[in-house]
Amino acid sequence: MEEQFLLPDVEDPDSAPFWQAAAQGQLVVQTCVDCGQRRFPPRPMCYRCRSLRHRWQPLSGRGTIWSYVIAHPPLLPAYEAVAPYNVVVVATAEDPTIRFVGNLVESPEEPFHRTKLDRLQIGAPVRVVFQRVDDVYLPRWMLETSGR
Amino acid sequence: MEIKDRTAIVGIGQTAFGKGLPDTELSLACQAIAAALDDAGIAPREVDGLVMFSMENGREVEVARNLGLGPITYFGEVGYGGGAGCATVGHAAMAVATGQCRVAVGWRARKRAAKASRPWANVAARVSGSVQWTRPFGLLRPVDEIAMLTRRYMYEYGATRDHLANVALACRKHANRNPFATFFDRPLTREQYMASRWISEPLCLYDNCLETDGALAVVVTSAERARDGKQPPVYIHSFAQSIPPQCQPMTNYFCEDPLRGPAWECAQLLWAKSDFKAADVRVAQIYDAFTPLILLSLEGYGFCARGEAGPFTEAGALEWPDGRLPINTSGGGLSEAYVHGFNLILEGVRQMRGTSTCQVPGAPCCLVTSGEGVPTSALLLRRA
Repeated sequence: MEEQFLLPDVEDPDSAPFWQAAAQGQLVVQTCVDCGQRRFPPRPMCYRCRSLRHRWQPLSGRGTIWSYVIAHPPLLPAYEAVAPYNVVVVATAEDPTIRFVGNLVESPEEPFHRTKLDRLQIGAPVRVVFQRVDDVYLPRWMLETSGR
Repeated sequence: MEIKDRTAIVGIGQTAFGKGLPDTELSLACQAIAAALDDAGIAPREVDGLVMFSMENGREVEVARNLGLGPITYFGEVGYGGGAGCATVGHAAMAVATGQCRVAVGWRARKRAAKASRPWANVAARVSGSVQWTRPFGLLRPVDEIAMLTRRYMYEYGATRDHLANVALACRKHANRNPFATFFDRPLTREQYMASRWISEPLCLYDNCLETDGALAVVVTSAERARDGKQPPVYIHSFAQSIPPQCQPMTNYFCEDPLRGPAWECAQLLWAKSDFKAADVRVAQIYDAFTPLILLSLEGYGFCARGEAGPFTEAGALEWPDGRLPINTSGGGLSEAYVHGFNLILEGVRQMRGTSTCQVPGAPCCLVTSGEGVPTSALLLRRA
């Protein structure tokens, strides 16, 4: 089942370092070397100063749920088989305009579709966990109050 | 140089709407364009301008060869799917106004009723580009992407499902008066809306547009020629497009203010080029792939302040004949047909001709918008 989920192309030149860091358990964001502007999704040029030089800055992995949906069928077969499931957008603690799409999970091991749906709440504090699927480590999120 | 009122839509045409139509998209496009030219009383060999969606499957050369058009001296394409409709007309108007062509056609032909034709259902197992940040997590469909913005909108401003239902019910009521609408004979009640199945919470089945096979086309020429035309001219009064800073189509979660979509910037130019203000508009055709796009657009185009679109929809405000702003008076994408919003343009023309099945008497202009949430476009049409 799991291998039928869609996965990112981890060799995409703009985003490969993100997925390499994820495999090391680190959430990173592309940051301009010259002016310090963070940007996501990754891209070649800084939209503030037009620099092509960037580094990958580690984030704390903490944030809050900015919004969420509960997806129901019709969906692609792998996803339909586990629906309904949650998808969240998380605003990072360092910069609330740097946001990641992910899923709320109950623990680092628990599949995303097993999350109790009444746990979802805008504003809830979360922290990142990385779940391995095939050769990819996907950033997902746990409530700060759970599993600690 | 201004294009204000210098060109007009002089012909409209469409195919039947359906599911599983046997014709190809190219054939449907040609049929709609032929109907639009007949409506205008203009011969195919007089057409020298073509503007289409970049997503169109039939190409310009094929359309020209089938219909016997040309010589073509101006052709162009507009991207971003649902955002492109009004722009095809706007580009046609600019080409005519600047003398690059004399008679231009814009159109959209689409076969989306078959499940296998839905783009989100046809993807490789490895995804790259912007969707690598969303699809692996199960944010697969346009409805999921817009539901994410909708939940945040409801949280920030207190909008409710009743407000979304107001949009769905208004469009359905209007479709129930339009014999060409897919849901002409299917009324919808608030109870049915509330009891319908979820697709992507907080959006339910009736927050989603139809999936339709069909095609529509318009003919644009100079205001001068339009005055002697077969139909009353409908002037292209104002036109605008926009890609706002840091815009990401559909999944616009990565900018400072995701709920301020492309409509806001588009509206600035549209009204700056117009003799009318939002307060002068008494009928509008607003892109409605999903009900919440209407709320965002009402704010973006200035019919109410930010966060106030929910209450704006109350008390039948969007419904013909008595509402303060009847919208999507042929049923829109939600209840007439979903052809990337091109049917909204034709209904705008009918309103300005006085031939709508939900005719708003005496409206001086009609706003038509294309997709909110993607690089977009809008037209303000003026009656003769």
